[in-house]
Amino acid sequence: MLDIKNLSASVGGAEILHDLSLSVGTGEVHAIMGPNGSGKSTLAQVIAGRDDYDVTAGSVTLDGEDLLELDPEERAREGVFLGFQYPVEIPGVNNAYLLKAAVNAQRAHRGLDEIDVFEFLKLAKEKMALLGMDQKFLNRGVNEGFSGGEKKRNEILQMAMLEPRLAILDETDSGLDIDALKAVAHGVNALRSPERSIVLVTHYQRLLDYIQPDHVHVLSGGKIVRSGDKTLATELEERGYDWLKEAANG
Amino acid sequence: MATESEELESLVNRRYEHGFVTDIEMDTLPPGLNEDVIRAISARKNEPEFMLEWRLRAFRMWLEMREPNWAHVHYPPIDFDAISYFAAPKSDADRPKSLDEVDPKLLETYDKLGIPLHERARLAGVAVDAVFDSVSVATTFKEKLSEAGVIFCSFSEAVENHPELVKKYLGSVVPQRDNYYAALNSAVFSDGSFVYVPKGVRCPMELSTYFRINSANTGQFERTLIIADEGSYVSYLEGCTAPMRDENQLHAAVVELVAMKDAEIKYSTVQNWYPGDEEGKGGIYNFVTKRGDCRGANSKISWTQVETGSAITWKYPSCILRGDNSVGEFYSVAVANNFQQADTGTKMIHIGKNTSSTIVSKGISAGKAQNAYRGLVKVMPQAAGARNHTQCDSLLIGKECGAHTFPYMEIKNQGAKIEHEATTSKISADQLFYCRQRGLSEEDAVNMIVNGFCKEVFNELPMEFAVEAQALLNVSLEGAVG
Ligand SMILES: Nc1ncnc2c1ncn2[C@@H]1O[C@H](COP(=O)(O)OP(=O)(O)OP(=O)(O)O)[C@@H](O)[C@H]1O
Ligand SMILES: [Mg+2]
Repeated sequence: MLDIKNLSASVGGAEILHDLSLSVGTGEVHAIMGPNGSGKSTLAQVIAGRDDYDVTAGSVTLDGEDLLELDPEERAREGVFLGFQYPVEIPGVNNAYLLKAAVNAQRAHRGLDEIDVFEFLKLAKEKMALLGMDQKFLNRGVNEGFSGGEKKRNEILQMAMLEPRLAILDETDSGLDIDALKAVAHGVNALRSPERSIVLVTHYQRLLDYIQPDHVHVLSGGKIVRSGDKTLATELEERGYDWLKEAANG
Repeated sequence: MATESEELESLVNRRYEHGFVTDIEMDTLPPGLNEDVIRAISARKNEPEFMLEWRLRAFRMWLEMREPNWAHVHYPPIDFDAISYFAAPKSDADRPKSLDEVDPKLLETYDKLGIPLHERARLAGVAVDAVFDSVSVATTFKEKLSEAGVIFCSFSEAVENHPELVKKYLGSVVPQRDNYYAALNSAVFSDGSFVYVPKGVRCPMELSTYFRINSANTGQFERTLIIADEGSYVSYLEGCTAPMRDENQLHAAVVELVAMKDAEIKYSTVQNWYPGDEEGKGGIYNFVTKRGDCRGANSKISWTQVETGSAITWKYPSCILRGDNSVGEFYSVAVANNFQQADTGTKMIHIGKNTSSTIVSKGISAGKAQNAYRGLVKVMPQAAGARNHTQCDSLLIGKECGAHTFPYMEIKNQGAKIEHEATTSKISADQLFYCRQRGLSEEDAVNMIVNGFCKEVFNELPMEFAVEAQALLNVSLEGAVG
């Protein structure tokens, strides 16, 4: 599914990712953990195609297709979804409107007609129920005045509607109360399937209690410094990152 | 050196852009302006003596006045003697014979706006057989209105059939000497709309210039007068979202609204004059005086406008809040792209007690455009309990454009409550990336964000108009990013 080979990327002249390689198989769930500022969000944004980052070396492919060649919207329509660490507010733009536009952009890409309005609403309400979201969020401005947790749930709603091939969730668990965390985990688990890959960026073992990852990676100083199974997350919870940083530098 | 004014002259005089053969029309007055020209205009229109006198008075005032130069716009001087002030309606022989003869670029725009076929022909000035759909629609429309007692006709018809109303109200809101362009308009105005809604009548439908037959060619000096008598209501839609081709470069219209006791007038404009090409050449200069007089107690006037056209727009729809408890509103979206210059805003003059006004102005600048908001809130000493809320937001797209805000306040009553908020924002890279990550193209993302920015104003437009306005906005910002 996702293959990242020897990727280096910089922003404003500073190299953030150094020679990073990672591969995520179809149907797998991977967790990426690591200290603040280590490059996790950078990696997520580079995969999604943010053009502020310069890719200076390496390749990123999705099922063999070169993602770096594509515009962000083309990647999205091909099934790459990024749940943002800081979802942006778009004042005055109806949440349902963006959601529908996103669904239709994807359908057009697949040669399908626009979704019927009633069908759309039915689907959206279904997914919102699954996530324990009040329907009033459909008619509010995109993330406008949403609480931190509400923004994260809204990201998961978008993901649930778009059913991406590859979902990267950047700290979607941060700032969630216990119920919201369960709801989000529920949303992610519902999407788990043999055709789909999920990358969870997180700081907390807690999320991984609800979503069992197949692999756990530690990103530090712009590189993957350690990979393992889910027990690695438990170990990190106990020992922190220092021992890994030392190992990487030494 | 001669180039600028020569160029302007040729623009003003240009008949058809695409080289159709034109015979010199016998019924067109030679360029130039003097008292004889005004007498000739009045005579051609069979006007009563009072109209001619009124025009002549305006002309004499105009001669003494100077062109204003304080607006935040720049243009080469206009040669008023190079303009022809009377042209009889075109005969069909002069018009394009079919849509095949019309600029394909124009047709492409009609397509994007979803304008129906028969309408496209009308807008592009194609000679159409007298009978098409809209005529029969217009007839039923007229019947319904006359049942309700509403007068809705061209200005010329009003002068002929309702001279007492015209005499009573014409110039009572915008006097001839009000400003340079208003004086010029008063002297030479060609035609326009007239509306009178009698006491207690709620006009049964939205009035739109589209249905005003027999006045397709109102020309460059349009005059509109709307009177809502006590306790009446009317909603009036002006303009058209399709880009209007017009060989006249200078447009100086006057609109006067009168709302009597307990009456309400809602005036919505969606204007899309030809803005000129990407270099800013050939666009229309739009200098308009629009003013509403809340003459009676508890009356209300709302202006809502979406402006995307014109090379130069100079326009300040205003309200005079004379009646106690009267309400004035101004909701505006002004878009300026490429080399467009827009200088718009409003004036709210509080005279009556407990009068209140609301101003919501959304300015969008893209390309190399300059967009200025100029607003005046004036509270007279006797206007106890006056309130105003002004919200002035600017959105910049790109680095070379500008937004300017000039709020003026003259508050002569201590108790007045005046609030002013202003913001300037850019479409952020984060917003664009967010939308693109959800699969929207950059252009769709910009359109969506801009529409969100304008929402408060679009909400004030009648439903159908709002949809058109949105489509129009998207077309006018095409290519603004990237
Ligand atoms: N536009 C930028 N200009 C300069 N430095 C940047 C820019 N964007 C990111 N960086 C730097 O790159 C490094 C990696 O940032 P990134 O956001 O990827 O970290 P992260 O691993 O997601 O951290 P966190 O756990 O706090 O979310 C940080 O040191 C950050 O300051
Ligand atoms: Mg991060």
